[in-house]
Amino acid sequence: MSSSGWAREALAVLAKDVRSEYRTRYAFSSVLLFAVTALAVVSFSVSPYSLDADVQAAFLWIVLFFSAMMGLSRSFVREEEARTAMALRLTTAPEAVYMGKLMFNIALQVAVAAVVVPLFLVLMDIAPAHPGLLVGVTLLGTLALASSSTIIAAIVSRANAKGAIFAVLAFPVTLPGLSSAIRATIAALRGAAGSGSGPAAGAAGDLRALAAYSVLMITSSLLLFDFVWDD
Amino acid sequence: MLGPAERHGGFELTIDSVSKLYGARRVLRDVAARAVAGQVLVIAGPNGSGKSTLVKVIARLIRPTDGRVLWKLDGRALPATDAKRVVGMVSPDLTLYDELSAIENLRFFAQVRGLSSGPELAYSLLDRFGLAGRGRDPVGAYSSGMKQRLKYAFALMHDPPLLLLDEPTANLDERGITLVHDAIAQARPSKCIVIATNEPEEVRLGDVIIRLGA
Repeated sequence: MSSSGWAREALAVLAKDVRSEYRTRYAFSSVLLFAVTALAVVSFSVSPYSLDADVQAAFLWIVLFFSAMMGLSRSFVREEEARTAMALRLTTAPEAVYMGKLMFNIALQVAVAAVVVPLFLVLMDIAPAHPGLLVGVTLLGTLALASSSTIIAAIVSRANAKGAIFAVLAFPVTLPGLSSAIRATIAALRGAAGSGSGPAAGAAGDLRALAAYSVLMITSSLLLFDFVWDD
Repeated sequence: MLGPAERHGGFELTIDSVSKLYGARRVLRDVAARAVAGQVLVIAGPNGSGKSTLVKVIARLIRPTDGRVLWKLDGRALPATDAKRVVGMVSPDLTLYDELSAIENLRFFAQVRGLSSGPELAYSLLDRFGLAGRGRDPVGAYSSGMKQRLKYAFALMHDPPLLLLDEPTANLDERGITLVHDAIAQARPSKCIVIATNEPEEVRLGDVIIRLGA
């Protein structure tokens, strides 16, 4: 199939998922509720203390990671549970399904991060040293989380104990991306760590690692998705 | 889409010694049959005999443990990736999106199938299957019979050469059953039709009959 054919199909899958999500709030509500609740509980419990940037960054990515674990698996699990996957298999190229779901998961996770990160800064009373870097890290980290979670969600959707397996499988796969995101977030909150000049110099390696990780995950997922999606 | 010249006439379905095991349980054993455009292949057998599994194997949605299914158009073997053009399917295991309207469902599947005449086609198909006026309602609000009718619109919208009907009249009222029988009669001269059923009236439609679990 031509690349324009794939792109058209992938955009149709994305539009369908966005419309479904808008009607049901299936993933967004549960993810946002978890993220806001976790942020509120921790900020109230640690409010008397001044946390180090290392702890703050780790905490932010723990919330974003588990938000992704809650929400991003739904895109595939729901197709299997609602028995709509067969119609999708009959009509849509596997690569287009993957790309459509990936774009939806990126959009969902960016929307969650757009609420969670500002709320995190307010509740934890943090003024980031480099706000631009924090935005960049959040976007790249979100891309890394979505790219790894999407293929794992496709694998998990064919299993029985979907929820439990997802987090267990996702953790080791997302760990390299997650650790880079945490280190770059520390640099954004505290100031440039490491050598070089300019705010992003210390985090540049981690940002490159995040971008490389995402490209690797998306490329390998496109190659493997056919085997995961078909019987 | 297949071009008009290559549609239907030369389509050929071959089921070549197909067996299917789920773990240690054998569902299908050495099933073989051949049907061409203009013929109806009926799969009959008691509940649990593997009718639905065989339909999915024919659709190439699941792989047989042994044997193979071949689709040929004018003597040329078609790959499984051509399913979106080749197969139209109605099955109890196939569900459309409850949260979308019938029109939205059909437009989505028209888009991913690369059909250019999305909205007009959707309205005409809904009209044909007695769902005119309900096209904008969410499918979740449909009765089971209306959902079954919508599946026919989904299955026939791209004019496929291979029509797979698993329990074709399930959940349908008398009017719905007549519509389905009319659709089968209309499609019969130009398509290869596979029907998995236990209804004697539908079994009689078969030019080729596979009896499972016999």
